[in-house]
Amino acid sequence: MTTGGRLARFFGWLMAVVLLVVLVVKADYSADMSVFLPRSPTPEQALLVDQLQEGTVSRLVLVAIAGGEMAQRAQVAKAMAAALRSSGTFDLVTNGDEAALAKDRAWLFAHRYLLSPAVDAQRFTVEGLRAALTETLDWLVSPAGMLIEDLVPRDPTSELIQILERIESGTQPRRDAGVWVSRDGQQALLLALTRAAGSDLDGQEAALAEIDAAFASARAALPDAEALALVKTGPGVFAVSSRATIKAEVTRIALLATAIIVTLLLFVYRSVPVLLLGLLPVVTGALAGIAAVSLGFGVVHGLTIGFGATLIGEAVDYGIYLFVQRGGADSDEAAMVGLWPTIRIGLLTSICGFGVMLGSGFPGLAQLGLYSTTGLIAAALVTRLVLPAFLPAKPKLRDLTAFGEALVRMTAALARLRWLVPVICLVGLLVIWTHRDGLWNDSLLALSPVSPEAQALDARLRADMGAPEASALVVIDAPDRETALGQAERVAETLSGLVEEGAIAGFDSPATYLPSLRTQQARLASLPDRDALAARLTAATADLPLKTERLQPFLDDVDAARQGGPIGADALAETSFALAVVSMLNEGADGWRVTLPLRAAEDAAGNLDMDAERLTEALAETAHPDGVTLRLLQLKRESDALYADYLKEAIWLSLAGFLAVLVLLAITLRSVVAVWRVVLPLLAAVLTVTAALIMVGQSLILMHLVGLLLVVAVGSNYALFFARGSGADGIPAPRTLASLLFANLTTLAGFGLLATSSVPVLQAIGLTVGPGAFLALLFAAMLSRPRWGRAT
Amino acid sequence: MRLLADHPHGRVSFVETRHLALLDRPIEARGELVYIPPDRLERHTREPREESAILDGDTLTLVRDGRRRAMSLRENPSVALLIGSLRAVLGGDRARLERDFTINHAGTPDAWILDLLPREPELTPALRRIHLVGRGGQVERVEMIETDGDRSVIEIGDARS
Repeated sequence: MTTGGRLARFFGWLMAVVLLVVLVVKADYSADMSVFLPRSPTPEQALLVDQLQEGTVSRLVLVAIAGGEMAQRAQVAKAMAAALRSSGTFDLVTNGDEAALAKDRAWLFAHRYLLSPAVDAQRFTVEGLRAALTETLDWLVSPAGMLIEDLVPRDPTSELIQILERIESGTQPRRDAGVWVSRDGQQALLLALTRAAGSDLDGQEAALAEIDAAFASARAALPDAEALALVKTGPGVFAVSSRATIKAEVTRIALLATAIIVTLLLFVYRSVPVLLLGLLPVVTGALAGIAAVSLGFGVVHGLTIGFGATLIGEAVDYGIYLFVQRGGADSDEAAMVGLWPTIRIGLLTSICGFGVMLGSGFPGLAQLGLYSTTGLIAAALVTRLVLPAFLPAKPKLRDLTAFGEALVRMTAALARLRWLVPVICLVGLLVIWTHRDGLWNDSLLALSPVSPEAQALDARLRADMGAPEASALVVIDAPDRETALGQAERVAETLSGLVEEGAIAGFDSPATYLPSLRTQQARLASLPDRDALAARLTAATADLPLKTERLQPFLDDVDAARQGGPIGADALAETSFALAVVSMLNEGADGWRVTLPLRAAEDAAGNLDMDAERLTEALAETAHPDGVTLRLLQLKRESDALYADYLKEAIWLSLAGFLAVLVLLAITLRSVVAVWRVVLPLLAAVLTVTAALIMVGQSLILMHLVGLLLVVAVGSNYALFFARGSGADGIPAPRTLASLLFANLTTLAGFGLLATSSVPVLQAIGLTVGPGAFLALLFAAMLSRPRWGRAT
Repeated sequence: MRLLADHPHGRVSFVETRHLALLDRPIEARGELVYIPPDRLERHTREPREESAILDGDTLTLVRDGRRRAMSLRENPSVALLIGSLRAVLGGDRARLERDFTINHAGTPDAWILDLLPREPELTPALRRIHLVGRGGQVERVEMIETDGDRSVIEIGDARS
């Protein structure tokens, strides 16, 4: 190579790197859950994604105070609520304190003639009044009588009971010492709605820090309160901690992988300059990968960079081949010439494997595919075109021929164990076959970085809070709020019928607290004027022990309600119902959306179940005006379906990838026998890894499947050297063999570190590809055919 | 009290009469009380309407028109004191009664009167005292007198079952 040629290549590379660095620096990075959500969602999936990312539920933080004495917990809960309310970070903070509860009751009572579903014209006829009063008298002799006794003169028709029935107070948390408590009474509970959107992770993080600070200062203000502990859960908590986990894990893995590979390379090369040269393709590849993802997706996810740690192990291989190959006294530039075609085929098979993922609808996979293909190509190009430019004609590289010869002897010894490979394959097949049921984990949660413990805590706190995660939502989209609320009222009628039928256990609706204007006006219109009401009341109470004279406050209140007129959303501001309303009624880009959470009924076996067909049918029969859409969103089913789609897609992609590798090998090797010799060790590795994962009790997620494809894509690099063995005996030449082992070890280090991750998707890939790549090399060695037929 | 504890009742009929200042005349409910030791009391009303109130542990469940409504005694101290003390009387749970009330009694084991005064009137501002009349191991009459003059009288019939 001429000096001019070297300089040209060097500067060309430098310019490319500068460009890549600029792209990488300017890229947007994220570590939220969006990577798990589909790229081109169906309308239902879009709704699901919207709920997960922007729904009011995504802004809810459930807080529990545990430990210490109940009185202390209550005091801290009250102090925290006060601090959080005044912080401005939260739209709403509720903890069931007496004052708030009394305020809520008073508000419901004050607006009972607007809110009670029983209020209609019939209610205030003589017969209607008599029926309502008789009912109230029946309440008075019941054990609950003393609770309503004092309200009777103002509310003889018991409208408050009608409203409370609708609100279903049974779903409220328990109370003790003036605050909400868990069902076992051992924790004080608090519910906070952040002002920051659920997708605004920085805002969520700040809000959570605010809660921590409020707790710390409330606890510090109490003597002997060290035993008190704070527990938080909710979508924001999950998202923030996932982001922190992903960041920490990715940093840790990348640093460790670099350290291990650097150590390994130092051990092999014994030269810092050579080490640095060896890292050039890696760094260039990583930069190119990130730049490509940024250009292709607009945002680079933390997990993609996590996967990138594996690229360090893969991309460094090319350098290893080069340096080890050139590291002999007899070596010159020509020494590499024989190896390039093999490396090129290896690169192409890797690209086949990673490349098919580009077609995935799962952004996590697609990013991984783009990152890896770009990274590998860049690394290979740098190794092929740029690295030689840095090497002198006779570089002082370590000669590993002796080590390689030892490896050749070892390979020959291994080859005598070749019979083990089919045995292992058979055992593997048997294990897979016997465990074929329940092989796959079929929940989207399996991909979530949220630990099962955190998920269990969330479920428990929600149950305590009387806010179990809704298993389904009815979603209403309407052009304006009035239409949306009106439709919510019609749907509520349908749903009430379904509750009676037992198809669902219950539901919630914003119209309970904020009826549509039309309904409010209809209720107001059904209130008679004072004289008419007094006359009818006298007629209705003729035979009853309750007389009109005692019911003057009732006449006053009905009069006041008639004068007061309807209420708007602002009337709710000082009550905890505001939370209920904003969580169910939102203005979006295209109008107003109401989401009615449905609670599943318990079947005989105690399982939560919902008759989805009946629901769909009933909703279809519910009248709705033009421009209003009505949809049923089954959250669990939709997210499981989403995951099932990913899994199905991953299966097809893996098969396609495998097929592509086969076709590629067939074209380049032009020999069925040679293809077979490459593929056999790979299949053996895939079977062994799968069986081993099953044996250690891993429930397989789609990332394991993708990992298996990568075993083929990556492992083929090593198997190819045996199939195209440059040695006459089918075992690669000593130096090649040494470079293969080192290359394999770096790959093992890169993927192996992912296996230590607590993020399931990273761990699954690591657990599969790390051992798989190593086994591919081992099996390839075992299946090599030494032709000399002698034992040394 | 010991007599009561020795004779846990199974199923008895009752008539409850409430005398309220609000009303022109008293109102009445009839039905059955079922006491299942140690802490379950069922009050099945037949008239004026079918209704069941089941006190089990800390939870009072009202079943009316096929709907169940549960409330916690802890959250409703006044309800707790009234129905809780009825349960304690039927179960002969002297410790429980003495925790909540100061007890005065008069009469003979054959015909006795117990007068219960709340120890902490501020917890149940509405309740003045509970008055019990009994014969042997049987409570015949429970009278709850409220501070505003309203009162509630439960006449307990013979043991059935």
